[in-house]
Amino acid sequence: MNESRNRDSASSLRGKRLIALSVGAASLAMLALSFAAVPIYRAFCAATGYGGTPQVAKAAPAIHGQRALTVRFDANVAPGLAWKFMAETQEIRLLTGQTATIFYKAVNLSDQAVSARAAYNVSPESAGAYFDKISCFCFDEQKLGPHEAAELPVVFFLDPALEQDPNMAGVESITLSYTFFGVKPAALLGARDGAAAPATGKRDDRSP
Amino acid sequence: MATTTAEHHEEHGHPTGWRRYLFSTNHKDIGTLYIVFALIAGLVGTIMSVFMRMELQEPGIQVFNHLAQIIDGVSPEVAVLAAKNLYNVFITAHGLIMIFFMVMPALIGGFGNWFVPIMIGAPDMAFPRMNNISFWLLPAAFTLAVISLFVEGAPGLKGFGGGWVLYPPYSSNTGSPGPAMDFLILAIHLAGASSILGAINFITTIFNMRAPGMTLHKMPLFVWSILVTAFLLVLTLPVLAGAITMLLTDRNFGTTFFDPSGGGDPLLFQHLFWFFGHPEVYILILPAFGIISQIVSTFSHKPVFGYLGMAYAMVAIGIVGLVVWAHHMYTVGMSLDTQRYFVFATMVIAVPTGVKIFSWIATMWGGSITFRAPMVWATGFIFVFTVGGVTGVVLANAGIDRALHETYYVVAHFHYVLSIGAVFAIFAGFYYWYPKMTGYLYSEPLAKAQFWMTFIGVNLTFFPQHFLGLAGMPRRYIDYPDAFAQWNRISSFGAYISALGIVLFFYVIYDGFAKKRLAGNNPWGPGATTLEWTLSSPPPFHQFETLPRIKDVEH
Repeated sequence: MNESRNRDSASSLRGKRLIALSVGAASLAMLALSFAAVPIYRAFCAATGYGGTPQVAKAAPAIHGQRALTVRFDANVAPGLAWKFMAETQEIRLLTGQTATIFYKAVNLSDQAVSARAAYNVSPESAGAYFDKISCFCFDEQKLGPHEAAELPVVFFLDPALEQDPNMAGVESITLSYTFFGVKPAALLGARDGAAAPATGKRDDRSP
Repeated sequence: MATTTAEHHEEHGHPTGWRRYLFSTNHKDIGTLYIVFALIAGLVGTIMSVFMRMELQEPGIQVFNHLAQIIDGVSPEVAVLAAKNLYNVFITAHGLIMIFFMVMPALIGGFGNWFVPIMIGAPDMAFPRMNNISFWLLPAAFTLAVISLFVEGAPGLKGFGGGWVLYPPYSSNTGSPGPAMDFLILAIHLAGASSILGAINFITTIFNMRAPGMTLHKMPLFVWSILVTAFLLVLTLPVLAGAITMLLTDRNFGTTFFDPSGGGDPLLFQHLFWFFGHPEVYILILPAFGIISQIVSTFSHKPVFGYLGMAYAMVAIGIVGLVVWAHHMYTVGMSLDTQRYFVFATMVIAVPTGVKIFSWIATMWGGSITFRAPMVWATGFIFVFTVGGVTGVVLANAGIDRALHETYYVVAHFHYVLSIGAVFAIFAGFYYWYPKMTGYLYSEPLAKAQFWMTFIGVNLTFFPQHFLGLAGMPRRYIDYPDAFAQWNRISSFGAYISALGIVLFFYVIYDGFAKKRLAGNNPWGPGATTLEWTLSSPPPFHQFETLPRIKDVEH
């Protein structure tokens, strides 16, 4: 009687451990997945144009489409970056499939060399999947010397496939928007020096 | 208790006094701790909501400016400015406290710990020591959350006022560089760890410690509800933990998960948050479903109608609940097809929910119903939950939601299902099991008086908020145009009535202990078929030393 009870409790202990460990592993897997969501989300946006993420194309398309759309160009500089940044062309009108090159202009207003990188998207968001960039200054980090100015080209086309998408039927104009953010070397180097610097910097911007 | 423990031969003495609770490994003692903790946290959260309703009773700012001088210690000149922040700090704390420190501890930790082992015929939880740490993490988490109220959040302002959803950029360094947000993040980390450990414990207990003959399909529906809830906790809380960890490293260690300047995206936080946040509302309401099923069956003197359908409806709600999160985010600019999917999936949940509502009604139908206090509360639950469910279907429509997003219509909706729904279930469960847990009967007239005060109070509070929301009153503001004054005043009066109901509730508890009307093993009669009613009231310190054998029971 006693022995069988012990055997029962030993097997029940193994069962308990097995269940507890697998449930614990499942929750750790969900934790890992939440971090994996970052690269997955980025890859998903790049692949589908979700959230107005423009596509990257290698070459201009072979066919030209029928529809003409207006493309507007927007330029912004994030707080804390002493740059002037504007589009040299406000807007153009082009046929789908037609490749266009336009220029932005950036000026470093400060006395130091500054690196910055442009974040970008297009709106409306449904246009992201059909906005193809062949080359863009935003693919790389830009570095400007003190008071240096630069012309920054964008080569792009609108994918003729947008004519078939009912979500694009009512879209007459697409806005391409850039925002330059200063590259924070401290933040990239890691936590040790970076922890305090960006935080206090931002605090100074916001306090009245 | 002394007589019952004397019957067993004890291998070790029970710790007494504070040691009994601090070092407790007994599921009933830990359940009691959870319930007491939930009552205290619930009181704090309720007092906050009464202040909020006092402020909103009239247009203008007239309560929180005084409160800001007392709590934040600001000078009278800047009191109005501080009041606006303090109001938002209060709504944030009210939400987090009610969810993490009131409803979850009461339903899952409290009633779950007390009755899941007993209902499946187990002597205790699978991991009694882990059970202890699950509970004691909660007071630590609560302390951190309270500290957060008194340290700097946004520059020059105390506490974090960004709402319980904690969206960046307001919750990142951009909006709240002070340590208040860090305290809140750590509080949620601890509360989350507590819940995950608890969930692992419940799943192991339910899968591994059922008495002979207690198959999964014979388990009481309350046990089913806790099982589904535990799975939801295990699958979604780690995602919240991940999201707030990213927020923490963004704030303190220079990462840019949610900061566009480094290639991050604030929207990612919303997706991660609601991947947790939506299942969380089912985590709050599923145990309530379980309790209501037990009570309706007991007082209708009938087995629950459609037992298997009821159990698998909860499983279906859990599974579908995992894939509808973006219906909280219709306004962030999702593609039409994405919105169509989330509208459809959200509405699908109405089907298993409807199965449950109709099965409760079918259980009552033709039953010999005794309207004791738990049954009155349960009937009230079915009514208010249905009202909240109907407005939920309205809000599921992306087109309508665009207009109603962040208005009082949403506030009314989720308070009908959670504040009123889950809380009615807590009161129902409390009165249902009060004789079992304490050994004493509560006062029936007082319990019913509390029901009517609360029922009238909460409906007066929240039903007018539908009108306010439809008229366009946005939530999360301390002030509003005069046009909204009428319904806001009525809503505030409702809040005062339900707050008085809470006072009466504490008196009912006191009255029960003071009068000492002995309950006996089963005060509810032949309808109460689950195993807890076969034990003494209160149950012995260790029950089922000889495991019960479960016959074929009719559910």
